[in-house]
Amino acid sequence: MAQRARPLSPFMQYRWQYTNTLSILHRITGVLLSLGFLLLVYWLAAAAAGPERYAAARDTLASPLAQLVWFGAAFAFCYHLLNGVRHLFFDMGHGFELKTARASGRAVAIGAVVLGLLLWLLVRFGLGGGA
Amino acid sequence: MSLRSPLRRVTYLGSAGNGSGHWYAQRVSAVALVLLGLWFVFALVTLGGATHQNVVAWLSSPLSAALAVLLVLTAAWHALLGLQVVIEDYVGDKGTRVAVLLVVKFAFAVAAVIGVLAVLRIAFGVAA
Repeated sequence: MAQRARPLSPFMQYRWQYTNTLSILHRITGVLLSLGFLLLVYWLAAAAAGPERYAAARDTLASPLAQLVWFGAAFAFCYHLLNGVRHLFFDMGHGFELKTARASGRAVAIGAVVLGLLLWLLVRFGLGGGA
Repeated sequence: MSLRSPLRRVTYLGSAGNGSGHWYAQRVSAVALVLLGLWFVFALVTLGGATHQNVVAWLSSPLSAALAVLLVLTAAWHALLGLQVVIEDYVGDKGTRVAVLLVVKFAFAVAAVIGVLAVLRIAFGVAA
């Protein structure tokens, strides 16, 4: 039996605005941070397994490729944190006016890039040798 | 006109059968993670290099160990709630969806236990 064309969900039809991208980025960074959580557990488990095991794990976690992962994690963390607070205000009924929502979205995007870079630099090179 | 309050009509209802519980838990854990996340970032930046000695010294403090345990549990819970929504939204086939949800739930439960045990092991001086 041939299926009739079903109506599409509204989000499939709306004109693109950058706030759409901010919204899906919240999900994407959330999924990435979930994977980052597993890395955090790996790091803690390695530390608990003693100095030798930790040294081996640290070599892996400090490789150039891993640096890319850490930079992504720093950005994802800052973005998800800032945009999460933005969404908490939405949940309380504030900031829905088009102008406000766009301005807060722009602030979150710029803040995440700046703070993400700063956080990565601080952990990587800051205060006593870095990772 | 119904005499039932709007709250009574949504509590324990919805497709998941638990009303707004999932939604609310996601927000409660989010607020907790704002605080725990900022603490964790501060701890990382002031760690002074991720040597084994530094990590052990950091988690040997009872306050740090307690906050680290809270961070692991809250992050696992929040991640699981979020991943569940993503999976429910994008995995169409019911059998696959249930299977993926089970795997992810088990994986995060195991990861949370490993994380907590690791912190406690360091806190109690077993990993020195």
